Amino acid sequence: MTPLWLAVVIAAVGSYLLKLAGMSLPESILNHPKVQRVAEFLPIAMLSALVAVELFDGGGRYQVDWHILAGVAAAIVALLLRRGFLVVFLVAIAVTALLRLVT
Amino acid sequence: MEEPLPDRATILRAAIGIGLYAGAFGASFGAISVGSGLTLAQTIVLSLVMFTGASQFAFVGVMAGGGSPFAAVAASLLLAVRNAFYGVALSEILHPRGLARLWTAHFVIDETTGMAVSQASPRARRYAFWATGIILFFLWQLGSLSGALVGRAINPSAVGLDAAAPAVFLALLWPSLRRRDARWVALGGAAMALALVPLTPPGVPVVAAAVAALVAGLRPTRQGTQIEDPRPT
Repeated sequence: MTPLWLAVVIAAVGSYLLKLAGMSLPESILNHPKVQRVAEFLPIAMLSALVAVELFDGGGRYQVDWHILAGVAAAIVALLLRRGFLVVFLVAIAVTALLRLVT
Repeated sequence: MEEPLPDRATILRAAIGIGLYAGAFGASFGAISVGSGLTLAQTIVLSLVMFTGASQFAFVGVMAGGGSPFAAVAASLLLAVRNAFYGVALSEILHPRGLARLWTAHFVIDETTGMAVSQASPRARRYAFWATGIILFFLWQLGSLSGALVGRAINPSAVGLDAAAPAVFLALLWPSLRRRDARWVALGGAAMALALVPLTPPGVPVVAAAVAALVAGLRPTRQGTQIEDPRPT
């Protein structure tokens, strides 16, 4: 087994075990109101962090691709107009691709 | 007797939308993966077994950037830690028992969590989790396989696909932002991650954003203060 294969297997199985670990916590811990609040807030904090990192992280340093930023800004407009998920997705990639084409 | 589920079609439409995005996102993953030196088989194993997009992108990103395979493991596992936290939130919704936990856990990802927590009723949350999980799983496999096969022929940035990930994460986050306290948590998470970008390896800033949720969730609440209802009425 090459190091790359070993890494693929460890990372893939490890990721699954992390998912399983989260689901296997004892019910008594989960019933605590503060834990429930933390659980409710966690995806919000992390999805928000993912958006920020996708937009401004250029591999360990701050970097902005204005085409992507404009695409995401257009997606926000679509969200404000209460458009569906697919419209938001298409607006973001279309605006980004078009801006790349013309600039 | 379960309560009626009037928004079933709406949830299914959204799940198909997310699935279509996943197909496109998966195609760009497949293309980038084979482009960064992984074989077709390794790409397929990542999509089937790892099955968490951000970690998969982190893995091939580190490889593409010349990192060691074990730096790639660290980056992808660090990003996957958040799925453990999602599992905590989803146990509340799904209550998986015994062996069911083994396969339920596989579907614990950003998209299924985002869809589940943004529904109004317990039944809608369970339906959203499974609809999104199953549709996304198949389209993700199909997408990443075709992307890997087309390989270098695809240029993801030329078709704007690199804007898809942030837009999608934002769309998943959006319904939660109706709540004032959630907006503060979102702001805190983003600030925490951005502050760490130049200081830590890839993946760490996103995991560290959990601190914002911990602080907000564990802070003492005033006597008699009600938590705002997160659901639209």
